[in-house]
Amino acid sequence: MGAPENLNKLFKDKAEAVSAIVSEVASLNEALSYAVEICDRKEACQLLISGCEEELSSGAAELCEQKQKKSIAAPALDADLSQELASLCHAKGIDVVTKDLRKHVAGIDIGFTVVDYGIAETGTLVLDSSSEDTRLATMISEVHVAVVPKSKIRPTAFEVENELIDLMGQSPNYTAFITGASRTADIERVLALGVHGPLELHILMWEDH
Amino acid sequence: MQEAKDLKGYKQEVQDALDNSFLRTAMDNFAVAYRTGRANAFAGLDVENLIAQIAASKDSAIGQMDALFDEFKANAEKTGTRVHLARTAQEANEIIAQIAKDNQVNKIVKSKSMTAEETLLNHHLEAQQFEVVETDLGEWIIQLRNEGPSHMVMPAIHLSRYQVADLFSEVTGRKQDSEIERLVKVARRELRRQYLEADMGISGANFAIAATGTIGLTTNEGNARLVTTLPRVHVALVGLEKLMPTLNDALKVNRVLPRNATGQGITSYVTWITGPNACASAPEGQKIFHIVFLDNGRRELARDPVFKEVLRCVRCGACANVCPVYRMVGGHQYGHIYIGAIGLILTYFFHGREKARNLVQNCINCEACKSICAAGIDLPRMIKEVHTRIQDAEGHPVKSVLLSKVMKNRKFFHSLLRSAQKVQKPVTGGTPYLRHLPQIFAKEHNFRALPAIANKAFRDTWDHIKPHVATPRYRIALFAGCALDFVYPEQLEAAVKLLADCDVAVDFPMEQSCCGLPVEMMGEKDAAVAVAYQNLTAIHPEPYDYILTLCASCGSHLKKAYPRLLEDDASVQKELNEFADKIIPFSQFVNDVLKVEASDFMPSKLKATFHAPCHLCRGLGVTEPPHDLIRKAGYEFVPAAEEQTCCGFGGTYSSKFPQISAQILEKKLEDIQKTGAATLITECPGCILQLRGGAVKHGLDIDVKHLSEALADKHKKPSS
Repeated sequence: MGAPENLNKLFKDKAEAVSAIVSEVASLNEALSYAVEICDRKEACQLLISGCEEELSSGAAELCEQKQKKSIAAPALDADLSQELASLCHAKGIDVVTKDLRKHVAGIDIGFTVVDYGIAETGTLVLDSSSEDTRLATMISEVHVAVVPKSKIRPTAFEVENELIDLMGQSPNYTAFITGASRTADIERVLALGVHGPLELHILMWEDH
Repeated sequence: MQEAKDLKGYKQEVQDALDNSFLRTAMDNFAVAYRTGRANAFAGLDVENLIAQIAASKDSAIGQMDALFDEFKANAEKTGTRVHLARTAQEANEIIAQIAKDNQVNKIVKSKSMTAEETLLNHHLEAQQFEVVETDLGEWIIQLRNEGPSHMVMPAIHLSRYQVADLFSEVTGRKQDSEIERLVKVARRELRRQYLEADMGISGANFAIAATGTIGLTTNEGNARLVTTLPRVHVALVGLEKLMPTLNDALKVNRVLPRNATGQGITSYVTWITGPNACASAPEGQKIFHIVFLDNGRRELARDPVFKEVLRCVRCGACANVCPVYRMVGGHQYGHIYIGAIGLILTYFFHGREKARNLVQNCINCEACKSICAAGIDLPRMIKEVHTRIQDAEGHPVKSVLLSKVMKNRKFFHSLLRSAQKVQKPVTGGTPYLRHLPQIFAKEHNFRALPAIANKAFRDTWDHIKPHVATPRYRIALFAGCALDFVYPEQLEAAVKLLADCDVAVDFPMEQSCCGLPVEMMGEKDAAVAVAYQNLTAIHPEPYDYILTLCASCGSHLKKAYPRLLEDDASVQKELNEFADKIIPFSQFVNDVLKVEASDFMPSKLKATFHAPCHLCRGLGVTEPPHDLIRKAGYEFVPAAEEQTCCGFGGTYSSKFPQISAQILEKKLEDIQKTGAATLITECPGCILQLRGGAVKHGLDIDVKHLSEALADKHKKPSS
């Protein structure tokens, strides 16, 4: 480890080993374009993999029907980037959601976040999720697109220990380690992605200097 | 959930599990896949050191449990979190039900919590008319089936996709396909609305950090994040043993827990919650947050000098993953609520003697659990101690009292064995096997041929065969153990011959007796201590370079258990340490001390494989010397799959649970046969008894030998 390029490589390898899709971006604008592109390309409801035509109990089916249009949730962007995202999405007919994510529990297509740290040893993202909308954007989306600034990638969790303690000192606080997509092996130990949270995690490594 | 009333009932349930072919296949696949997954996950890390760090950190936390609780409570309350301490499971359930009432809760969503399983929280809440929905996929499945978990990490591992599909068809009222990916998505969509409709979320916690009043949760599915986010009330139910001083302690555990549990570097989500977070559905936009700590015997346990290490457990479930018995019978027969080796122990402390009585007898003592425990808990020892405690409280069974009496008197014990030799003729028909089982043995013991007691015990021939070595390189004392002394003297004789050829002076101190492991396994600790004194007196270590054993179980008991059994007697410590230090297994002595060479042996073309006795590879940490010796002796060595998995003998275990022992043996013999080797070598008479008996019973053309015989057969005499 040591040299930043080795650290970046380890981070990428470890993240990919748990099914994250890792790319590089030169700017946050590029990251936004990536997210919109993914959203535009993806099937309207990725759950089709299980067949949305499959029968559910009536209550669950009703909730599913609430989601009619493609959407990107990006609750924590600054004004300029929000503006940028809005115009990119407008051109493609995609909704942008920045607040009240709870109203979209039926599902959103993309959750977009810029995370606080990366941990190379396990390919983990560290995200202060004290805002409810940030928490939900990274949970109810079918695809989570996360930007990690390369300058914030550390070898192990112990190298973010002090920063984590600072966060925990600013109560209330809700900090998340996110590694790969939501997964389960509860039926016959067969790995399945997207059991409650995102079906896919895309990580964009951002050259931030 | 194990609730059989007596051992007989328990054995019946075990038999049903053994007959469940889906379960057996699932468990076999899991056992093999787990080992590889774990090894990969720990590649490049110093596992032993990481485990030692966890043990030290947990021990320190256990020692200051009350202080950590006070610190946690003070820090958490500063943030507006309400902190409770429940003395019993019932009290915890009542506190949580009261929180629900106070907040006009109707529906509750839960993420996985073994602690809530421990208190049977769902039953309590449902009885009070709250609707409770488990959201972890496995937990939801078993909740719908009205069952307990069969594994601490994978609660529904006993079920097939078809059973889940049938269940989901019932739940949705629509026919569901059995494809796993689809079933998972059905659960996702069915459960999504539950989070939104729930008024309260209940979680457990993997970590409770006193310095900041923070709880940490590890999950893969992410359901805990929704459970702790969407409802307006959050209650975390946390065992007191989860308290730790700092984040650093939690990060240490988190480095090992997922790797040990499922072979993952980390779980998909680790969530750190400090204080009542923003929550749009809560009255003032801020979550109502309660943490209920559960005592339920933990504070008393923390003060118990023997058992406090049980509280180190981080609930990774690995002790079940490697247990040969769990693998055969599954979780419902291997725990009441907590599963695996730790489950046998915790059942006693959290759920009482009644529930633990049968379970603690079902440990084969192979030490596989001890060798992988994330917190370095000596699980087999704890199980034996619990067994002793139960027998102390309830009275010891006649059989074990008798045995223990006999064992305390060596001469009487040995004369019994000699008279048994004389009366066995009618059942051996002159062969070296008992051909018809005497009536004291039930039919179910008949899964292997049992050896007969030898015509003459090794000790009775010693005077005649004792070799004279003029200029010895080493002086050793031979510790025989009962099985070699009375059943397989020829294995000792082979060793003595080889040792003499290598200029080793061998002494056989006549006053030695049984090592005492069998009585300790039966919960007769007093007898085990008495026998330890006898052997320590019989073999003064001082004149010898080593004390050699050909029985791995005796060896590991003498070396590892004696210092513990006699730890309170200051007067013997010096001699005891020397005794334990000098204990060496045969293979290690011949390979690493005598350093025999391939040129000392006659080459052959025979293929041989090896079975690693539990107490050799794990008990004594000796793995390579037997392989080296087999190669040096001129055999073509073909390793068997799962070489280090128990053969199913386990001493008295195989007569207590013959049906499980037989199944473990079956699997072992399959692996041996796959090597195509005609010779199977091992280094423990118990394994030989089991394996040779199995091979004879199955009519397999496999020659089962002790390593001493395999070497002596091929050794060139120095003079020739």
